[in-house]
Amino acid sequence: MFLYDFEPYTYRSPIWSELDNFQNEMNTLFSTSKGPRVQRNYPCVNAWTNEEEIKLTAELPGFNTENIQISVKGDILTLAGSRETEKIGEGEEFHRNERVGGNFSRTFNLPFRVDSAKVVADYRDGVLTVTLPRSEEDKPKKIEIKAA
Amino acid sequence: MDTLEKREPDSVVVNTERKGSKKIFKPNVDIISDEKAITLIADIPGASEQSVDISLEKEVLTISGSVVSTEIEGHTRSYTEYDTGGYYRSFSITDDIDKERIMAVVKNGVLKVVLPKRESVIKKIEVKAA
Repeated sequence: MFLYDFEPYTYRSPIWSELDNFQNEMNTLFSTSKGPRVQRNYPCVNAWTNEEEIKLTAELPGFNTENIQISVKGDILTLAGSRETEKIGEGEEFHRNERVGGNFSRTFNLPFRVDSAKVVADYRDGVLTVTLPRSEEDKPKKIEIKAA
Repeated sequence: MDTLEKREPDSVVVNTERKGSKKIFKPNVDIISDEKAITLIADIPGASEQSVDISLEKEVLTISGSVVSTEIEGHTRSYTEYDTGGYYRSFSITDDIDKERIMAVVKNGVLKVVLPKRESVIKKIEVKAA
């Protein structure tokens, strides 16, 4: 649904993430302040990269691992999942109901092609970490120079 | 009738504030009550049981937690949408809570606190018709 462009191999100064945060906060400020806030890009993700792999983390509290789907094809990653909202029975009442549930699906354009067979995902304390190793064909080849 | 109310004003939209070098976030909560207990459920991704603190003092319930550093060694952060730090939120509770029986669990980044209400000690006095 959402295709996000990761900027491949460009160093991003920390000031940009600060500005991104600022923009997000401004967007929140000027969006509907009444009623539950719905995040357009759910879940929020962070990415960590090096030459070999990319690690994507996402905050997904209260999910069952069987309700999270991760699929990778080439350099496209899709995260999808669902969470149930709290339901109340008879004699119970809500004083606050801020936690949202439902389905989400987000697609990312990764900075390189990924070896989908080696993708590993880990879910701990409500944080999903997906480790995506760069495919061998995609890695830059070192060319040795032979001395004559 | 709201027996439980947030102590912060509702108009606070930006839910972060800097405390030292750490950002503090206000977690989203569900609060459900029935005759016997009040149940509070909070989304606190990244915080584990060890880092969560719950206190009830003079009708004020405070929940807090912290997220251990999320730096990944040997990698550089290339893309950021969320920040981590700590969680903090407090509520005032007007119901009489049995402090001894408060139960809390943290599972998959969700904190659940059950606050049992103390059974009413007030006896009903019957009025006899003369």
